[in-house]
Amino acid sequence: MIALPETAPTDVVTAEGLDTGVSCFPSREQYHDLVASFRDDGFELLADLCAVDYLTHPGRQLPDGVTPERFEVVVNLLSLSKKVRARIRVQVPENDPRVESLFDLYPGVEAMEREAYDLFGVLFDHHPDLTRILMPEEWEGHPLRKDYGVGRVPVQFKEAPGPR
Amino acid sequence: MSDPTYRTIERADLLTAETSEGPQELKPRAQTATDELAREVGAVLRLDGRTLDPSSIDIERRDDETMIINMGPSHPSTHGVLRLMLELDGEVVLRTKPVIGYLHTGMEKTGEELSYVQGATNVTRMDYLSPINNELAYSMAVEKLLGIEVPERAVWIRMMMSEINRISSHLVWMATNGMDLGSTSMMIYGLRERELILAFFEKTAGLRLNLNYVRPGGVAADLPDGWQDDVTVICDTIDARTYEYDQLLTGQPIFRDRMIGVAPMTAEEALALSVTGPLLRSTGVPWDLRRTMPYLAYDQVEFDVIVGTYGDNFDRFAIRLNEIRESIKIVRQCVEMMPRGDYRTQDPKVTPPPRARIDESMEALIHHFKLFTEGFHVPVGEVYSAIESPRGELGCYIVSDGGPKPYRIHVRAPSFVNLQAVPLLMRGGLMSDTITVISTVDPVMGEVDR
Repeated sequence: MIALPETAPTDVVTAEGLDTGVSCFPSREQYHDLVASFRDDGFELLADLCAVDYLTHPGRQLPDGVTPERFEVVVNLLSLSKKVRARIRVQVPENDPRVESLFDLYPGVEAMEREAYDLFGVLFDHHPDLTRILMPEEWEGHPLRKDYGVGRVPVQFKEAPGPR
Repeated sequence: MSDPTYRTIERADLLTAETSEGPQELKPRAQTATDELAREVGAVLRLDGRTLDPSSIDIERRDDETMIINMGPSHPSTHGVLRLMLELDGEVVLRTKPVIGYLHTGMEKTGEELSYVQGATNVTRMDYLSPINNELAYSMAVEKLLGIEVPERAVWIRMMMSEINRISSHLVWMATNGMDLGSTSMMIYGLRERELILAFFEKTAGLRLNLNYVRPGGVAADLPDGWQDDVTVICDTIDARTYEYDQLLTGQPIFRDRMIGVAPMTAEEALALSVTGPLLRSTGVPWDLRRTMPYLAYDQVEFDVIVGTYGDNFDRFAIRLNEIRESIKIVRQCVEMMPRGDYRTQDPKVTPPPRARIDESMEALIHHFKLFTEGFHVPVGEVYSAIESPRGELGCYIVSDGGPKPYRIHVRAPSFVNLQAVPLLMRGGLMSDTITVISTVDPVMGEVDR
């Protein structure tokens, strides 16, 4: 497991990931500062950002000191110089699903944050243009949430379940 | 009509009346926040040390000097259903906004409903030009979660098929790029050579496009009899033909004029925009996951990482042309060094039993039945596995809750991320160069929209 950057906020919970140098579990307040410290520490590329909806796993296993929330925003950083990856998982509560945007650190995160907003309804503060990206503009709901029903085409026979 | 604000509002009404897309559209300057304006002309302009200078994003321009036009989504040069909104000043492109989602079919949602056995059939349809690479990223993620080792032969078969697929993907790129630039003969040649590869895929996997060949635990079938000859013929033919493409295109004056020095990008800009693959390498960054963070057996074969200098269209063309040659080099080494043994893991929980065993063994029948009804259970965890696809870093993030279906499957599609470079590359270029820019960025819309 690699050490956190020196400028990282104190008390960030870390754990060893299956495939990464380090997995971090910052709070929402620490999130932006932590990513900034990673960027200054030579993590040049933000490889991926996505959200996960843990609706059916409220009591899932997380390291001590991390309160599980419904949503999780997962960021994968990549250092070209050190050839190592770092993963940052920030918990986002259901009743206030917003985190700070990373756009000012990595402009390339723009489309990925829009995708997370579109499909999960997680809001990113200070994102320049937080609109739907994959779904049509007038679409209602956020399709990748676990409580969003998968559509069915109604068929005409007796035992068929109706549209959800 | 001399009041400029009055005119802007009138124009805005006109725009919204004609289209239905609403806020995704490129809006007139008067209605666009400075931040967003900066992003639309190239997000990297807001990087450190390059604080927002109003003149650098032409903020002084008034709306009556420019024109917003729509390109796509059904346009022959957009390689699918990509829609671009362009702001033009005469022939010069000022702002570009890609509008995507026309091919969105919810594949990540579908992936949550399919078992791990079925999952490969889903991911293979994302980047339809390099299906093997999609399956590979997915299978490697599942195997990491399961903690199983893949037999040596399966590793080499995967590597060889992945490289053959890279050749075919780059050939399609050469073909479509040629067509975009008016060289229709290149289009015919590229598709002709690809046909050799598709025929080999059909012989090996039974299918030509969406192969479902690489699966968790190994590959679907062993290589067919006489595969060495087939692969050698493919290598020899395409290797010789790359020199014909060289003659046809590289020295061609019209082609050079439209490619050299057009739409350059610096390494700093590419990294800031998370751009990977040939686009990043064209700026001079020698980053190729096959070499820098090797997976499969790429540390045992010899090949060169092709790097450009200027990050312009021509560099991107030259990199792809030479990557075909490097891939041929790897494939030849695979033919020589292919080990014997199993082509899939012998763990009965992951791999279905051979057909003949089902008739004679009750245990095999049960395993077969369980595997194809319920699927295998994967331990709790989350994993991100990345490979170098022909378009860049293709990552697969899987969250497992211990059940037979992934709790969340996310694919980091290189085309989706690389598309963000389009506004930057087009800025200040000519309208006719937009075609070459889209072409050399090489987005596959199936992967962008998923």
